[in-house]
Amino acid sequence: MSERSDTSHGFGRVLVAVYAVFALAASARSIYQLIAEVESDTVVPYVLSAFAGVVYVVATYALARNHRRLALVTIGIELVGVLAVGVLSLVDGELFPDQTVWSDFGQGYVFIPLVLPFVGLWWLRRSASVGL
Amino acid sequence: MTDLVAYGIAILSLVVAAYAAWHTYRRRDLGNPLFYAVGVVEIVLVGLLIGGSIALASTSRDVDGVLFISYLLTMVVIPPAAVLWAIAEKSRWGTGVVVVSMLTIAALSVRLLGIWKGTYV
Repeated sequence: MSERSDTSHGFGRVLVAVYAVFALAASARSIYQLIAEVESDTVVPYVLSAFAGVVYVVATYALARNHRRLALVTIGIELVGVLAVGVLSLVDGELFPDQTVWSDFGQGYVFIPLVLPFVGLWWLRRSASVGL
Repeated sequence: MTDLVAYGIAILSLVVAAYAAWHTYRRRDLGNPLFYAVGVVEIVLVGLLIGGSIALASTSRDVDGVLFISYLLTMVVIPPAAVLWAIAEKSRWGTGVVVVSMLTIAALSVRLLGIWKGTYV
């Protein structure tokens, strides 16, 4: 199997598709929350949803256009984000009264948000070692 | 919008996802049978969009209409996008995109039921 050495072909196509789904899910949820539900005491999850949405959108773009450094940075932020928010939401549930993609390590999304950054980092490494 | 509709669509799309995964595993390109299978899902989803819109207009339930319709529209858009992408990708992973899209439809369908019942968001 001859794979092209950029991030958007072969298996990368599937990865970009999954990232696109999460970019849509996170940013749509955030826009909806910001318009329909925002109240002053629950601002943390909404800001976080918006931030997560932006991270996914940029990561999707970076993977689709083979911007490796940008992909590495955004996937890194994503990994730190899901771990930090996962721990925080377990420790102090009141900080996140409403769901975000990263709450409870992405439990509401069958833990895909937790697995996805690892797959992304693996793919960045893997696609770099083929060719180039 | 009932359990039967939501879970029926979820199961249908999971079956098509499994069929697409078999293509990915065997390194088959997107052939006619899989194309028609995705086509059936798409027709059902267009039906769901129409039926769901009518149900929303006539229900006395307190359903979040904007959210509900946005889910219906998203579900209709996904299969054609996946097929276009699968045709563009010439490796085994072309049908992998179809797998992802069908799993997404299944998840959205179950969540749509939650929105309808008011148990989600």
